[in-house]
Amino acid sequence: MSLTSDEVRSIARLARLAISDQDIPRYADNLSRILDFVAQLDKAETASVAPMAHPLDMSQQLRADVVTETNQRELFQKNAPQVEAGLYLVPKVIE
Amino acid sequence: MHTKTLAQLARDLKARKLSSEELTRSYLARIERFNPQLNAFITVLQEEALVAARAADARIKRGDVGVLTGVPLAHKDIFCTAGVKTSCGSKMLDNFVSPYDATVVERLRQAGMVLLGKTNMDEFAMGSSNETSFYGPVKNPWDPTRVPGGSSGGSAAAVAARLAPAATGTDTGGSIRQPAALTGLTGIKPTYGRVSRYGIIAFASSLDQAGVITYTAEDAALLLGAMAGFDPRDSTSVDRPVPDYTAALEHPLKGLRIGLPKEFFDQGLDGRVGAAVHAALTIYKKLGAEVRDISLPNFWLSVPTYYVVAPAECSSNLSRFDGVRFGHRCESPVDLLDLYTRSRGEGFGAEVKRRIMTGTYVLSAGYYDAYYLKAQKTRTLIRQDFIAAFENVDVIMGPATPTPAFGLGEKTEDPITMYLNDIYANGVNLAGLPGISIPMGFVDKLPVGLQIIGNYFDEARLLCAAHQYQRETDWHGQIPKGFQ
Repeated sequence: MSLTSDEVRSIARLARLAISDQDIPRYADNLSRILDFVAQLDKAETASVAPMAHPLDMSQQLRADVVTETNQRELFQKNAPQVEAGLYLVPKVIE
Repeated sequence: MHTKTLAQLARDLKARKLSSEELTRSYLARIERFNPQLNAFITVLQEEALVAARAADARIKRGDVGVLTGVPLAHKDIFCTAGVKTSCGSKMLDNFVSPYDATVVERLRQAGMVLLGKTNMDEFAMGSSNETSFYGPVKNPWDPTRVPGGSSGGSAAAVAARLAPAATGTDTGGSIRQPAALTGLTGIKPTYGRVSRYGIIAFASSLDQAGVITYTAEDAALLLGAMAGFDPRDSTSVDRPVPDYTAALEHPLKGLRIGLPKEFFDQGLDGRVGAAVHAALTIYKKLGAEVRDISLPNFWLSVPTYYVVAPAECSSNLSRFDGVRFGHRCESPVDLLDLYTRSRGEGFGAEVKRRIMTGTYVLSAGYYDAYYLKAQKTRTLIRQDFIAAFENVDVIMGPATPTPAFGLGEKTEDPITMYLNDIYANGVNLAGLPGISIPMGFVDKLPVGLQIIGNYFDEARLLCAAHQYQRETDWHGQIPKGFQ
């Protein structure tokens, strides 16, 4: 299978990744090779096989619905690119 | 003192033959001397390590001492470490200082261990050569023109060059076992759920598991005993008692049934690596083990299955890096979409982007059934093979990698060539089983590893089998030239 440049642009858009035009052909080639490689799976007979969701067939653990974390907003926001008055700043979303 | 194993150092500290401060200073000096040529560390914690060492010495003096008190180690830079830069080998997190400790970091700190620094790794643990790191490749101490393996390549190089007596790693598809094999070390990946994933930057959550890279199985037993166990903060952590791994080391191997899958010896395996496996089996037979030929008929599905499941989970996990709350943000974004796409485009390297895009594609509308659901089914087949095999054998043995360490730059052009390097490792993660790689000899003067795969939660048996072999051999005691 061979992905076109437009298909790669569309995947990159879905993945929210800016890819420069000059890099598109290389990704198209690499991704096509990867998809060709994983296409081997088609040869496996799986009609009666259940998909595996968890290696140990465990179900999700639940805990009591009580507060276990304290508010550490200042500490966490030290890693933020831009904050003001405890809020994370992003470019204007609503005109 | 750097030629001693972690277990020997722990005994010396306890007997007060040396202090943690002395030991820590000695490793810090070696890091300063050798790290420039190896690039094994991203961050060295010179001052913090000495503070921790002095605190450990005070504890030892008071008699408040555990087996690991005062022993130095290094963490792979994927483990969140409070107050310390935690980059995951990526430009995306180059400016990230973790506000909290991963459970593994917390437990080993409470055990009194001294953190020397954070080791280099493939970006977001995606790679088998440590060449995808934003901080540059790591060199293999056995030959600086070769890779140390990956993604825990910095941990492996640091331990092999005796810059740390042990290091943590994570293994999503071979990232502990493969670098351990390529640098002549012992590397264990426990059963999925055995060690908490809390605070480990997620790559593929159904596969990720933490372990250690050490000189010996005895060292690994000590560390795993301190790391393993239930953690309510990891919803996939398993609530099951942790056995005494050290006590289990001395169990005799008489009657151990070893399975040898014929599929591991097909094309692609360097014949000299295969010969080393057979030489190791001779020793196991001498120790009373019995070797049985087995088959894992769906083994050929493991790498293609892995390269659907792992990228799918990675594309989901890495969506959190959006340039808003932490991590890299692009300059002057014009709108929110521009902020997301450019921050991610600039912050992630090529391999991470390839995996995110592969994952996005296989999960996208119209392709989900053909790729992702299909791979979840082939994953069942892979696991069933192992479960069937373990009805007749106690452990499975084979090569850890198809070849010894390859050259830097040799496999960067074609992603598939790189992926196939983990052909014997991927299936173990897909099934969630424990695996260990131990040194079993040299090919072209480069170390090669024997992989031992165990049944679920059978780490004690793996460590015992490794330990008994290490009593009969000295491959694990070899030190690369220039680092003695």
